[in-house]
Amino acid sequence: MHKPLHTISLRRRLSNGLALGLITLAALVVTVPLFLILGTVIYRGGSGLNWAFFTQIPKPIGEIGGGMANAIMGSVMLLAVASVIGVPLGIGAGVFLAEYGRNKFGNVVRFTADVLNGVPSVIIGLTAYALVVVVQKHFSLLAGSVALGIMMIPTISRTTEEVLLLVPQSIREAALGLGIPRWRTILSVVLRTASAGIVTSIMLAFARIAGETAPLMFTAFGNQYWNISLNQPTAALPLQIFAYSVMPYDQAHQQAWTGALVLISMIMLTVIVFRFFASRGEIKGAS
Amino acid sequence: MQTMPEHRPSGSSEKPDEPATSEPALASSEKLKVVPKSRLGARENVFADQVFRGIVVLSALAILAIVGLIVFELLRESRPSMAKLGFRFLVKQIWDPVAEDFGALPFVYGTLVSSIVALILAVPLSVGTALFLTELCPRWLRGILSLLVELLSAIPSVIYGLWGIFVLSPFLRVYVEPFLARYFGWTGLFSGPKYGWGMLAAGVILAIMILPIIASITREVVTAVPRVQREAALALGATKWEMLRMAVLRNARPGIFGAVILGLGRALGETMAVTMVIGNRPEIMRSLFAPGHTLASVIANEFAEAATPVYFSALVEMALVLFVVTLIVNGLARLLIWSITRGMPARALA
Repeated sequence: MHKPLHTISLRRRLSNGLALGLITLAALVVTVPLFLILGTVIYRGGSGLNWAFFTQIPKPIGEIGGGMANAIMGSVMLLAVASVIGVPLGIGAGVFLAEYGRNKFGNVVRFTADVLNGVPSVIIGLTAYALVVVVQKHFSLLAGSVALGIMMIPTISRTTEEVLLLVPQSIREAALGLGIPRWRTILSVVLRTASAGIVTSIMLAFARIAGETAPLMFTAFGNQYWNISLNQPTAALPLQIFAYSVMPYDQAHQQAWTGALVLISMIMLTVIVFRFFASRGEIKGAS
Repeated sequence: MQTMPEHRPSGSSEKPDEPATSEPALASSEKLKVVPKSRLGARENVFADQVFRGIVVLSALAILAIVGLIVFELLRESRPSMAKLGFRFLVKQIWDPVAEDFGALPFVYGTLVSSIVALILAVPLSVGTALFLTELCPRWLRGILSLLVELLSAIPSVIYGLWGIFVLSPFLRVYVEPFLARYFGWTGLFSGPKYGWGMLAAGVILAIMILPIIASITREVVTAVPRVQREAALALGATKWEMLRMAVLRNARPGIFGAVILGLGRALGETMAVTMVIGNRPEIMRSLFAPGHTLASVIANEFAEAATPVYFSALVEMALVLFVVTLIVNGLARLLIWSITRGMPARALA
């Protein structure tokens, strides 16, 4: 009984130390790319950050200056219209899964939502192209929003389901016991209780689609000028970054890095705010 | 869905349906004198319940409909290519838009090889990170480290691509590729001209991109391994590593495998970052230094050039192949993860 560690053979102690060392090293190595990428984006993007970037549209190649104001607004509009499509459907499906979905049909929906979550974004873009662009006969903001909205649905519905299930059953029973009908219980009591979690699930979905590029190539297409019409091609921040990054001009590369800095700041802000809510215990296990 | 805002007044109900009572329903029910009738009559309530249920069922059906539409559109749009090229499409190496002769093999090859390279790099790192986070990490560091890993997954793929073009590729060209060519050139995997971009660069970028998902799910399944298993191993005199290996990893193995497969699913479908660094050449080359192409990257890259119906349709057929592959891969992953987090060990814990 009184034989502590030193009776463990040298070989076992060595392999223990080695393995634990490697595990720690792995965790260290994983953080390296994050710092490298963020560092480069801040360093290279920061030097191009100026007022014009947020207020002007792109200048023709070869001219100094210009900005991505139209792309920033395009991205905001795409996200807004996408959430008009994705948020109600996502929350509705989440309510279904949590409140009515403890059965076979619920499992089918759950599995399908997971499938949809795993469908590569480029394929969702192609589908939106076939559904909207081909019908309208031209690229449009609407088509881009349809693609992004579809991508929001599985994220929001599965997270909504999770936070609704965190609402204690006794609260539902209390409301029903007061004679409040079920639909009203869900809307005014369950959803209200879980509202912080649902808001964060929407932000999580935002963070996921804000940087999407591939589906927009077939739908929103990009635009060098302002567009506020649902039915016209529109610029978007990720599209503009992509377009500039594959051009062979330093000027364009500079704009791409600055665009990347703006885009990444928007997304990181959302994620950190989400984490803040999560750490306050209002939403758990959303991944 | 339009019903949602209008039925959400601040109290419980100020609806003018029943003008007789002026006080809110909840307040009146507190008196407990009469069993409070809802504001609507019983029949209306049943009706309202059914309408509400109908609305949420419809939104659930929308998910099924969307996946159905994706399958339908992919099948419909790829018909011209199927008709012209048939099954040879899957095994041919030709990519000739002028003669309208297409084969998917180089793209399938590029997709698989870049993803496998990504897995080889990402799996040890992310499983190690997950183990560190759950078993070794001091409490104060845990939150920060998991936030850092999570932030990695929040970086958009176009920014990975940008970084890949201007930072990673030059680095690989100058430092990594000469080293690999010198010491491992004999394998044939690391030979030929060193561009920096190519299959290897795509694999590295993909590895970074799938690290967070593998790490977070591995962490989930490792946490699901019952504490008593660990304690039993330690009580038998196991060192910490032996405990991890025998009690934790062995129990979590199917789940970790599921996490890896899920990461594979991500890597297979990744588009922008890959198309920016892989070189976009539809050839099957042994060397990882050589440029390649993937199913997803060719769709994004040549979509705008696909002027003829068969050309476009061939791209959609690629998407169909990709869809089927990711479907199988993701389905398998889900099954494996469920088997761990909802299966025996988790139940033994409860």
